[in-house]
Amino acid sequence: MSKAMLRRADAQTIPISFTLNGRHQEFAVEPHELLLDVVRERLGLTGVKRSCDVEVCGACTLLVDGRPVSACTTLAFEVRGRSVMTIEGLADNGKLHPLQEAFIEHGGFQCGFCTPGMILAAKALLDENPNPTEDQLKHFMHGNICRCTGYKKIIESIMAAAKLMRERRA
Amino acid sequence: MLRPFRLEEPESVKDVSELLGRFGESAKVYAGGTELLLAMKEGLVHYERLINVKNVKGLDEVTSDNGMIRIGALCTHHQLETSPVLQQRLAALVQLEQNVANVRVRQVGTLGGNLCFAEPHADPGILLLALGAKMVAEKSSSKREIPAAEFFVDAYETALEADEVLTEILVPAPAAKSGVAYLKFGYLERPSVGVAVALQVNGGGKSVHDIKIAVGCAGPAPRRVPEAEEQIKGRSVDEAKVNILKAGEIAGRAAQAISDLHGSQEYKEHIVGVLLKRALQNALTQC
Repeated sequence: MSKAMLRRADAQTIPISFTLNGRHQEFAVEPHELLLDVVRERLGLTGVKRSCDVEVCGACTLLVDGRPVSACTTLAFEVRGRSVMTIEGLADNGKLHPLQEAFIEHGGFQCGFCTPGMILAAKALLDENPNPTEDQLKHFMHGNICRCTGYKKIIESIMAAAKLMRERRA
Repeated sequence: MLRPFRLEEPESVKDVSELLGRFGESAKVYAGGTELLLAMKEGLVHYERLINVKNVKGLDEVTSDNGMIRIGALCTHHQLETSPVLQQRLAALVQLEQNVANVRVRQVGTLGGNLCFAEPHADPGILLLALGAKMVAEKSSSKREIPAAEFFVDAYETALEADEVLTEILVPAPAAKSGVAYLKFGYLERPSVGVAVALQVNGGGKSVHDIKIAVGCAGPAPRRVPEAEEQIKGRSVDEAKVNILKAGEIAGRAAQAISDLHGSQEYKEHIVGVLLKRALQNALTQC
C-alpha cells in the first residue's frame, strides 16, 4: 500500500492549460501521463481509441493546433498552451461536419473503431489542401489503418467531403 | 504504460549538457519522443529523468549560407518536408522527409532525435552520410563537428559523449552538375533497405567526377561504401551504368545485412543492388 502512496506524495506535477474542443482546461498532470489516457480517462472523451499503441495505426489521432498527432505516444504536458480537438468537438452545435456527413452518406466506416482518427486526419488534410488528388490523399492518410472497409469507401467519403466543403465555401 | 519519471526543462544547451553530466545514464534527452517513448512504454528502457530540450531556442531552423545548409537538431520531419530552403537546395532530403513513417510521426519527430536514437531502420542518416554531412556536438565548455561517417557507431549507438548534445546538422549544398537520390524499400512500417547516392559529373556530363554511396537499414548502422564508389568514380557515364551492377554486389555485402522480419540477408543484399542501380540513374538525370 505505502509504495504507491509514497510515489504519489513526491510525484512531480506540471500545471497545464489548453483548449479542448474550444473550451479552456486547466489542471495538473504528472510528466509520464499520456494524452490518450488523460483525454479518455480524466476528461471522459472516448472517441479517441488505443489500438496499436506504437504510432502506426492512427486510431488515437487527435488534432493539436490543427495537426494530427498520436495521442498514445504524446505526453499530456505537451499540450500546454495549445488547442486540442477530438472527434467530439468536430460537429458545430449538433450540426455534423461535412466529413461526418460524407462518411455516413458514402459508407466510409463499418465497425467504426478507426473512424474518429480517420476523420480527424482527413480534416487536417483538407484544412491544408482543400482540393487533394487521390494520390495526395492516400499519401497523407497512409498512417491511418482500417481493417474493415478496404479503404475504397473511405477515400470516396473524403473526396466527397472535400467537394462539399469547397462548394459551401464558394 | 509509462513508468513515472521526472521532467527537466532547461533552456540552454549548456544547461542540457550539465544535466546530462549530473544525472548520467539515469537521464535521457527528450525531444519529439516518437522513438524514445515507444521503447519506454515497452519497458525496454527506463530513465529516472527526461530532459525536454524543446525549450532551447534557436535549434529549429534551416538556413543556408556560403554553400552550407545548417539544420537545427530540433527541426521536425514536417518542418523539413516543407522547408523552402531545402526545397530549393536539397530536394532529395525533402523527398526523404515526406516519406518518413507517417504524418503524425513527422509532425513531432525531430531530425536530431532520429539521428541520436540511431534506430537501424531509419532513413535520414543514410542520405546525410552520402552528402558528407557533419553533426555539431556541444557541451558546456566545448563544441565539435563529427563527420556523419564517424557519428553512427552501431545500432542505437552514436559517437556522442555522455554530456554532449547534438545541436546542428551541417550539409554541404550539392554543387552544380550534381545529383542526389535516396531510395528505400520495405513492406513494414519501417524501411528494410535504404540506399543513397550523391554524385557529380564533369563539365561535359560525360563522366562521373565524384560519387558517394551509402547503405543502411539492412544492418546495424548506415555506412559509406568506398569500395563500391571506386567502381564508378572517374568512369564515363556509360561505364558507370555497367559497373553499377558490380558496385551493387559490393554495397550489398557491405550493408552487413541480417536476416530478420524485414527479409533474409540474401534478399536484402539483392535489394541494395536494385536500389543502387535505380538511385544512380535517378541522380544522373538530375545532372
